Amino acid sequence: MADGFVTIAHGGGGTRMQDLLRDMIFPALGGSLTAAEDAACLDIPAGRVAMTTDSFVVKPLFFSGGDIGKLAVCGTVNDLAMVGAKPLYLTLGFILEEGLSFDVLEKVLASIATTAASAGVRVVAGDTKVVERGKADGLYVNTAGLGVIPDGIEVTIAGAAPGDALIINGHIGDHGIAVLKDRGAFAFEAALDSDCAPLNGLVADMLDAGTVHSLRDPTRGGLAAALKEMSDASGLEFEVDESTIPVREEVSAICEVLGLDPLYVANEGKLLAAVPAPHEKRVLEAMRANPLGSESRVIGHAVEGRRGRVSLTGSLGSSRLLRMPSGEQLPRIC
Amino acid sequence: MRYLDEFRVPAAARELIREIREAGAAGTFMEVCGTHTMAISKAGLRPLLAPEIDLISGPGCPVCVTSDADIDRAVAVAKIPDVVLATFGDMMKVPGTEGSLATESARGADVKVVYSPLEALDLARSEPDRRVVFLGVGFETTAPTVAATVLQARRENLSNFFVLSFHKIVPPALRALVALDDFRVDGFILPGHVSTIIGSDAYSFLPDEFKMPCVVTGFEVTDILQAILRLSRMKETGPALEVEYSRAVRPEGNPKALRVMDEVFETCDAEWRGLFVIPGSGLSLRDEYRDMDAGAWDVQLPVPGERKACRCGDILCGRIKPMDCPLFGTRCNPDSPVGPCMVSSEGTCASYFLYSEYAEGEG
Amino acid sequence: MCLAIPAQIVEIEEFDVATIDIGGARKKISLMLVDDAGVGDFVLVHAGFAIDKIDEHEAEETMKLLRQLAELDEIP
Repeated sequence: MADGFVTIAHGGGGTRMQDLLRDMIFPALGGSLTAAEDAACLDIPAGRVAMTTDSFVVKPLFFSGGDIGKLAVCGTVNDLAMVGAKPLYLTLGFILEEGLSFDVLEKVLASIATTAASAGVRVVAGDTKVVERGKADGLYVNTAGLGVIPDGIEVTIAGAAPGDALIINGHIGDHGIAVLKDRGAFAFEAALDSDCAPLNGLVADMLDAGTVHSLRDPTRGGLAAALKEMSDASGLEFEVDESTIPVREEVSAICEVLGLDPLYVANEGKLLAAVPAPHEKRVLEAMRANPLGSESRVIGHAVEGRRGRVSLTGSLGSSRLLRMPSGEQLPRIC
Repeated sequence: MRYLDEFRVPAAARELIREIREAGAAGTFMEVCGTHTMAISKAGLRPLLAPEIDLISGPGCPVCVTSDADIDRAVAVAKIPDVVLATFGDMMKVPGTEGSLATESARGADVKVVYSPLEALDLARSEPDRRVVFLGVGFETTAPTVAATVLQARRENLSNFFVLSFHKIVPPALRALVALDDFRVDGFILPGHVSTIIGSDAYSFLPDEFKMPCVVTGFEVTDILQAILRLSRMKETGPALEVEYSRAVRPEGNPKALRVMDEVFETCDAEWRGLFVIPGSGLSLRDEYRDMDAGAWDVQLPVPGERKACRCGDILCGRIKPMDCPLFGTRCNPDSPVGPCMVSSEGTCASYFLYSEYAEGEG
Repeated sequence: MCLAIPAQIVEIEEFDVATIDIGGARKKISLMLVDDAGVGDFVLVHAGFAIDKIDEHEAEETMKLLRQLAELDEIP
């Protein structure tokens, strides 16, 4: 391509845009995208269809353990996995900032391709717009995802039942703190990667092993938001043992310094599951056998009680109520 | 984490609770540090020690006791076109007469959250065309860090770095509280890190002049429980000043930090939100640093609203409980707080709110 | 106002800048407010500054007390 960066012409629908699609986007994402139809015509296997949409505005575009492309695929795939769907197809909408280098765009596309392949999903449709310099922080991505829920599988946000074990698949807070670190804000360093990962394989293993009533991915608002939302939707009270929640030492340390609470920090490769007691052992074993679930553990239980009430029991046996996060968590001195 | 994990010993905490109960310890103790309030809430200590021991939160969060007028001034400065207001995160949501720094940021004011005043200095160096104003809030733990930053800016001859100081100091506030006629508290859990700077000797007036027991306390649960045990023993042995947080507090404090603070700041009268003006309780930049003082700028301020119904002052002095305030849960709630007790997420009113009927359903 | 964390100095540069390590994470802070802090020392970090050194002897004493209390907890 003649220029090394995106210009307004690339979004214009004319030859420049065709060049971008042909030379960069189609080769990276391959498959049915080369057809360049207005819409993708797809075969959908039997079962209930699940659909989701998501937008990604992460800064910086590249961070330890991932980038906006990987995040876009994982985020969309995970939304579908949380309702027990097998993810099949994704769409990609790019909003590119004028001046974005082709080098960056190529890397993001390559990352999308790799992640989509490893999650077993295909990008089937897309769109590209270009906005003036100063908007879009380089690149925004919007996605839609489509999947199919096999017969007999019912996983809903409201699905938790009294006595269900609440299970997390590993350490919380990695993504949010890794991104904070890579943003250069507050000037700290740590050997810490985002946990960004597609969870559909893990969920499939769990559903093969036993019954899962409810799943939620603790993204924005962290594990706290996921617990509150699941508790509220199910009409049950949740009792959580704070000492069982796994947090990496570096994450814990950085949170201590900045005055952040890991419970409210975003994750991109974690799920919260409500599993009925008779299936707990089997499901936990299946999770631990999967690389994305090797640190899985039970952190609490759903019980009859006040909907939306989540109590955290500390090491002294006393408990405190978990509050819903309101907006962004900011570092504090007080 | 070294020197943190070793103090987080649940077995020791359980044993301390047992000793507190066995000793029949009773009393109303006040903590005057927002970080202590947070630690006590997180550990669920209040219900564990009630009803014999009542822990009440004093005016210990320097952020939450920042007055409406001061927030309004910060907002007005942030609105100035070439200004970037750099602030600690704690300050973003504190409401002023017309809005908070967070709402003003949404409306276009340039507000940047920093972890350290040194980041504001970096910003001033990298953006010579902007005026960077650091919002100085905090007690004696924080004031020396801001003072050191001012000195550094001076050494580098930076002409675009300023400080808007709403710093406050603790001993005059303690003195004002204790002198109140109806102040019914049996002892103080004194701040740990403020004391790292000012030294434990700064509080000797409490037992000496006011017969008030007090313990300079660390922030782990075991520290707080040890302090409570010591305070309750003073009922027999007599009021005294003790240092539980000996690993971080010396009688004379940190002389270097005190010198740095004194070089840049002098005391002034300050209004504590929800309380009253406490003489000599604030810090303002000395004349030699007037050129860096954004507090001296002429800015348009809104007419302050009247907060007659807010009873934070009484709550902070331990006179009434949150439910006794007419605004509690209705006009004043965590999403739109009126006074400091609700502004702080662990403040007395915010904590009560979480556990009360009002939170049911929304939780 | 009181959030300060113990961290170990692992490197000292000129102009009172030091790198501290806490739990494997590293950060640059200022030593402008302390004297005689050297590599290996533990300091309390607040708002990007070391505000004092930890008195390791006193820390040991308190830790010893906590260990003793913990042992008493074992006894039914």
